[in-house]
Amino acid sequence: MSTFVSDFKSRATEKAGDLRHRQVIRTALRSYEIVRDKRKAAFQSWESARQAAAETKWEAINHLDTHLEALTAKLEARGTKVHWASNGEQAREIIAQILRDKKARCIIKSKAMTSEEIHLNHALEKEGFTVVESDLGEFIVQLRHEPPYHIVFPSMHLTRGEIKELFQKELGDAPSDSPEELTMVARRVMRQKYITADVGFTGANFAIAETGMISITENEGNARLTAALPKTMITLLGIEKVLPRFSDLALFLPMLATAGAGQPMTCYNTMYSGPRQPGECDGPEEWHVVLLDNRRTELLADAEQRDALHCIRCGACLNVCPIFRNVGGHTYGTTYSGPVGSVITPHLRGLQDWKHLSNASSLCGACTEACPVKIDLHHHLLQNRRNASAREPAFFEKLAYQIFGIVANEPLFWSVAKKIGWLTQPLQRAVKASALDPAKAWTKTRDLPPQPRESFKDWWRNRK
Amino acid sequence: MSERENILGRIREALKVAAPLPGSHGDMTVHAATEPPANQAREWLPLVGTSVAEQFELFAKNAADLKADFQLLASRDELEAALLKLRDAEKWRRVASHGGELTDFACKTLGLPVTLTDRGYEVQEMEKCDAGITECDALIAQTGGVALTSRSAGGRALSVLPPHHVVIARREQLVADLPAAFARLQSKYAPDYPSMISFITGPSRTGDIERILVLGAHGPKKLTILCQ
Repeated sequence: MSTFVSDFKSRATEKAGDLRHRQVIRTALRSYEIVRDKRKAAFQSWESARQAAAETKWEAINHLDTHLEALTAKLEARGTKVHWASNGEQAREIIAQILRDKKARCIIKSKAMTSEEIHLNHALEKEGFTVVESDLGEFIVQLRHEPPYHIVFPSMHLTRGEIKELFQKELGDAPSDSPEELTMVARRVMRQKYITADVGFTGANFAIAETGMISITENEGNARLTAALPKTMITLLGIEKVLPRFSDLALFLPMLATAGAGQPMTCYNTMYSGPRQPGECDGPEEWHVVLLDNRRTELLADAEQRDALHCIRCGACLNVCPIFRNVGGHTYGTTYSGPVGSVITPHLRGLQDWKHLSNASSLCGACTEACPVKIDLHHHLLQNRRNASAREPAFFEKLAYQIFGIVANEPLFWSVAKKIGWLTQPLQRAVKASALDPAKAWTKTRDLPPQPRESFKDWWRNRK
Repeated sequence: MSERENILGRIREALKVAAPLPGSHGDMTVHAATEPPANQAREWLPLVGTSVAEQFELFAKNAADLKADFQLLASRDELEAALLKLRDAEKWRRVASHGGELTDFACKTLGLPVTLTDRGYEVQEMEKCDAGITECDALIAQTGGVALTSRSAGGRALSVLPPHHVVIARREQLVADLPAAFARLQSKYAPDYPSMISFITGPSRTGDIERILVLGAHGPKKLTILCQ
């Protein structure tokens, strides 16, 4: 068993039994569920909107080359420098080189999951740069030296008491455990950082091919400040973020807000089309946009699962997933957790190492139903299972099914097996859940029902 | 070969195999719509009412839900009174703003020292201002938010750095819904867009601590929209 699997299993077992964790997550998601449903109901037709969003993303992804060319041409025409990175290493080097050229010391970041994906902070800190996460949730998990728990709500696993203790220890400032006062502590710390930072770093939610714009969605205003104050701005985005037209945002912005946080619109939705232009009074002098592949093209090559690139990272599938809610975000050990993370991680990091995530699913389909762009998530989990076993069959499992196939296909074998099956049960009970039990993962927490000595067919024939 | 060509090459190679259309369940006979799918967004987004009065009512309700302060004012005199009331209630000592017909009027009315952004400004100085006063491009009834740009609202920082953002708008800037707001921005600016376009829907907020709403996370704690 690879370490990825055993780590996943031990963390999942621990978290699933952690009642406190379950309570925190349940509380955090309860109000989300109410407002999300209310917002969905306010749409004249949420279902039609989903279909249109899915078709729009389909168009974007299935003509990705032309859209990316249009996007970069428009961006470059207004003085933006566009960089292309095939993998994380290249992206880190491009970004580090910009910082070296600018002789930067302090980088202020607004939330970007792509930077988590390429482990950017770690690489930059190793080179001696100071990296400050400005999103409150990201700031909190950065102080704890841990990755975000959830792609949209990074610190949802923590209580106000824990955050107060953290601020006291790390910042020496936490007047009380009121969320209001704790937020103000972070605001004060960050205002100083904004004024001194040399470089601002952002992610992106959408990239508009038609007009050459990067659209950023946020509630706090930290991305707005990041794109306004430092002299240099860097934006890192996955190549799948494109939308064909400016007007597509009229649909995608409210859908992202509704599915992701149950809001009618996120507080700030901002489209950037260049660095500071002639006649403008502020904004960065230089803007670098880094387009990241990092094996997205491998997922693109799988036509069956290509729609997983439609994902707008709203987090709706995480919020409804019974597995995510029980094992928690950190258990996955991936950048993108929950159903969509389980679908795409095997493509981004290797199928055999991450195939266990496809089994961490009840296949209930809640994720597929919640997805605002209609990604067929739970079927993709099944397809990943199929692909993994086709490429590397599990010997004993295959053998067991082959034997079962022979027995079940031959009436004579079947009738004998039916008659003597109960005799083997004491044997099964003797090895139950031990190393000798081939089904121990299942039988560890479950009893096999006793097999009756008489089959239903026999009972039916002999009744009266 | 450059990385750009490598990536585009991999994309073109991958796209040689067609993907099933969404909702087709693998049946390739379904054809994509000839017009952009999102063009009909108006029919699916939340209802907005037909008359301007209804839309102002909806804007007021949505703004209140977002904890923004919206005041629909009948005249310049009322606008003047509203500004003075804000100044006195919050004891403003200095404000930041930009040149514009409505903002010039506001600055004159307030009679306070003003940091104007038009010809550049000191960040430290703007940070100390009690309010940022801007114009905008549109008020959106559907969301209760405003749309503004770096050109219409004095740059990128003015609407987020001071603790109170005051938007001064004209009645004819009200649009019904998001598609109308995008259309208005497009007809006003395309193809030479300002480098920043921002849809501001309520004052800055966060829910990162136990999902409890806190206003004024990084941006302004208060958003006032005065419409004359």
